[in-house]
Amino acid sequence: MTIDPIPPFVEDVGTNFAYLDPQTKRSIRRAILKAVAIPGYQVPFDSREMPMPPGWGTGGLQVTASLLTPDDTLKVIDQGTDDATNAITIRAFFSKVSGVPMTERTESATIIQTRHRIPETPLNENQILVLQVPQPEPFRRLIPSEKETRKIHALGNYGLMSVMLYENIARLGRVAIAYDYPVRVHDRYLASPSPIPTFDNPKLDNSPALAIFGAGREKRIYAIPPFTKVRSLEFDDYTFTTQSWEARCSLCGSSHTYLEQIGQGDKGSTRYVCSDTYYCKSHAHADEQR
Amino acid sequence: MPVEMENRGPSAGNDQDFYRPLLEVNGVTRLYLNGLGCRDISFVVHPGEVVGIVGESGSGKSTLLSCISGRATIDKGSVIYDMEGVGPKNIFEMSEVERERLALTEWGIIHQNPRDGVRMDVSAGGNIGERQMSLGLRHYGKIRQQAGDWLEKVEIDLDRIDDTPKAFSGGMQQRLQIARNLVTHPRLVFMDEPTGGLDISVQARIVDLLRALVRELGLAVIIVTHDLPMVRLLADRLLVMQRGTIIEEGLTDQVLDDPHHPYTQLLVSSLPRA
Ligand SMILES: Nc1ncnc2c1ncn2[C@@H]1O[C@H](COP(=O)(O)OP(=O)(O)OP(=O)(O)O)[C@@H](O)[C@H]1O
Ligand SMILES: [Mg+2]
Repeated sequence: MTIDPIPPFVEDVGTNFAYLDPQTKRSIRRAILKAVAIPGYQVPFDSREMPMPPGWGTGGLQVTASLLTPDDTLKVIDQGTDDATNAITIRAFFSKVSGVPMTERTESATIIQTRHRIPETPLNENQILVLQVPQPEPFRRLIPSEKETRKIHALGNYGLMSVMLYENIARLGRVAIAYDYPVRVHDRYLASPSPIPTFDNPKLDNSPALAIFGAGREKRIYAIPPFTKVRSLEFDDYTFTTQSWEARCSLCGSSHTYLEQIGQGDKGSTRYVCSDTYYCKSHAHADEQR
Repeated sequence: MPVEMENRGPSAGNDQDFYRPLLEVNGVTRLYLNGLGCRDISFVVHPGEVVGIVGESGSGKSTLLSCISGRATIDKGSVIYDMEGVGPKNIFEMSEVERERLALTEWGIIHQNPRDGVRMDVSAGGNIGERQMSLGLRHYGKIRQQAGDWLEKVEIDLDRIDDTPKAFSGGMQQRLQIARNLVTHPRLVFMDEPTGGLDISVQARIVDLLRALVRELGLAVIIVTHDLPMVRLLADRLLVMQRGTIIEEGLTDQVLDDPHHPYTQLLVSSLPRA
């Protein structure tokens, strides 16, 4: 991984390039480097106020701001679409403070900031995926104490998470975790993949793109370096499964993407569309060409 | 290793592993700022042996137990444990990670209050399965099967397997705590007043259960208790503590039937004659 020098200034706006001052960027980059060096480990960082409310992905925002150079092309998605309010606001922000080109094309982006989804288009080694994370600690709901959870990670004793899976199977016959399904990174740290659907978990495994997770409120950064083993927790006899649908996307006809239900059709039938709107558009186009 | 040699106890001259103590406590001292705690405690526990610790309230029994099980630091002394496949190691020279790992693989801890040793919002089955999952067992069916077997062993109805212990009686919770600890067949179990908060009739049942399991599994046990009749049933050897030190030590029957120290005589005089 090469890291470009920190650009100081946007000439025509007269402020620091990408909002953060070089000092802050350097400290965030240091946290990122550490995170890359220890896959899945939550590195504390000095989270700053951003001109957006917390809950809008200020962690991801700071990661992106610290990485961005004038040569980058940015894609921002929320719930799989580039047109959601959150995505539009973040895009407008980076447009103003950096002037870098924005794109919807997954293939053209060098940095993709997202929450809730990983694009359907396979990523490549020139891309960085930045995920906005509300809660970086996979044990937080089970164990409120930070001291306790740090100890669990230090010991690498993740039996308690398996107990949670066990409880799911005992009560419901299966593991009923649809989002934020915990993963073991590089056979070591247990990490929260952020609120992506289980459907997206396999995309993290051995991905050519670097994934960086930023949690602003919780002041943590963690990473999955390129080509890193990422395993969703499972039992030998109850293996990890992702969401799947009987239906196809009613717009592009795709049967292999993450689908969202949209209202009822005319005759009371349920319709589904791709949640990744860019992929859906380009896929529909490809179908037309065939 | 010089440390191990230094700390060899009386049986050090015997080369046969068979006679080597499982746990060797040498001059352990832990004093609180107020001067209370435990002072210069030495004793050994052999594989499969049950050692009882009795003494008045405040004599330092719990302090000692948390020291020798690595849950509290000590001011002085050493605690040498004979690790499976490794040999004797001073637990205070291990890293915290090593010590926790050792506790997970070879030890069990039964607390007086089940709340300290049982997860109250996890089902009975999940409670029993936790250690196995922590040790890497990844087969739901096997984990559940063994949880069921252990419920049976500790006399809890199998149809309670998916209930949380919140709804269990105190005695059931304690039996669950025992199952949760013993499922992975530890070699040494630390118990602090395991029948402390329970009714007499419930206590008797737990004692019977412990007796059977200790024999069946060949467990070494260090058990702290106020309950002399229980200690007579369970313990091979007895340590009597007063004001932070051991004042008398011997085979259980010997100590109880022919106590030497005046304090022990006082303690035993409260016992109904056997
Ligand atoms: N954290 C502490 N700080 C100061 N003193 C303490 C602390 N913990 C215990 N003590 C004191 O040290 C002495 C030994 O306590 P310990 O709990 O080991 O006794 P015990 O023999 O287990 O008593 P009991 O039979 O009542 O459980 C007591 O006088 C107690 O009040
Ligand atoms: Mg006590």
